[in-house]
Amino acid sequence: MDVIETVFLRNSLIVAFAFIGLVMWVSYFVSNRLTAGRIHGSAIAIALGLLAAYWGGVRSGGQSGVADIWLLGGIGLLGGGMMRDFAIVATAFGVNFSELKKAGLAGIVSIFAGVLVSFFVGAAVAVAFGYSDAVSITTIGAGAVTYIVGPVTGEAIGAADAVITLSVAAGLVKSILVMVGTPFVAKSIGLDNPQSAMVFGGLMGTTSGVAAGLAATDPKLVPYGAMTATFYTGIGCLLGPSVLFFVVSAIF
Amino acid sequence: MIIYGVALLSGCLLLGMLTGQLLGELLGVSANVGGVGIAMLLLVLLSNSERFKSLTCGAAGSGIQFWSAMYIPIVVAMAAKQNVAAAVDGGVLALVAGVAAVVVSFALVPLLSRIGKPENAENADSGAVS
Repeated sequence: MDVIETVFLRNSLIVAFAFIGLVMWVSYFVSNRLTAGRIHGSAIAIALGLLAAYWGGVRSGGQSGVADIWLLGGIGLLGGGMMRDFAIVATAFGVNFSELKKAGLAGIVSIFAGVLVSFFVGAAVAVAFGYSDAVSITTIGAGAVTYIVGPVTGEAIGAADAVITLSVAAGLVKSILVMVGTPFVAKSIGLDNPQSAMVFGGLMGTTSGVAAGLAATDPKLVPYGAMTATFYTGIGCLLGPSVLFFVVSAIF
Repeated sequence: MIIYGVALLSGCLLLGMLTGQLLGELLGVSANVGGVGIAMLLLVLLSNSERFKSLTCGAAGSGIQFWSAMYIPIVVAMAAKQNVAAAVDGGVLALVAGVAAVVVSFALVPLLSRIGKPENAENADSGAVS
C-alpha cells in the first residue's frame, strides 16, 4: 500500500493524465454505443467530471472537487487556471484574423450587455428573496456575473461573509449550467458560427463555462467564444464595485 | 523543433497575461483584464505573419497543435475540480439567480449576433433590431 501511495503521490500529474484519458475513453464509448453519437463524447466527459467533482467535494469537504481526493491531486494542476489558459490560447492557432474582426463590434457589445444583464437578473432575484440593502443586492448580482466578480465586489463594498458565499454559489451554478446546457440550446440560439460564438462568450462570460460548453458543442468555436469571455470577468470586476453599486445604492 | 512552438505559445500567454494584469492595475481592478484574450490575439497575428513562419510551421507548429488538442481533456479536468458541492449547497437563491442569469443570456445570443451583419432576408418575420 505504501509503495502505491508513494508512486501515485509523487507522479500526481501523470496519474491525472491517465485518469482523464480513461474518463474520455469511457465517455466516447458511451456516446457512440448508447447515444449513437447524439450526445457529444466531450459533453459526457464534462458531465462525468462535474459528478466526480461533487462526489469529491462532499467526501473531502474541500473546495477543489475531485482534486481534494489524495489519489487525484494532479487533477488540480491539470485542470487549474494555468493549464486551462495555456490550452485556450493554443486553440487560437490557425484562427482567421478576418473572422475576429468581423465579429469584433458584436463581441465588445456582448461583453457589456452580458455583465449588465446577469448583474441585474441576479440583483432582481436577491430583491425577490427579501434582501433590501444595496451592499447585499450588489454582491449577489455580481455573483450572477461570475463567481470571481461576486467575492471581488463583495469584499470591496464590505458585504457579509454569508452573502459573499451565496454570490460564489450563484456564480458556480451559472458556470455549471453553461457547461452542461450549451450543447442542448446551441441549435435554437444559432450557435454555429464564429460570430455567434464570440457573442456567446461575451454574454455568458464565465471562462470555465464557455470553455466547456463550446467544447461540448463544437470545438471549432472554442477560440472565438474564449476570446471575448476572458474580458468579461475583468469588466465585471471593474463595473461591480463602482458603477453598478452606485446604481443599486441610488435605488435602495 | 517542437519546443519552438511551445515557447512561442508560452511567450504569447505571458505577454498577454502581463498586459491584462497591467490593464487591471490601471483600471484599479484586482483582476486580470482580458490577458488570455490578448494572448490569443497575439498568437493569431503571429501565426498569420510571414516573419514567424519558422516558429509556427512544421514540427514547431505541432508543438502548438498538441496543446490545442489537449484542450478538451484539460477542460474535463477543470470540470472535475469545480466546487460543485458548494453550488449545490448554495440553496434556492443561488440556484435561481444562476439559472435566471444563464437563461436570459442564452436568449440574447441570437439578438446580439445580428450586430454588424448586413440586413438580409432574416428580418422578414421580426421587427428591426439595431
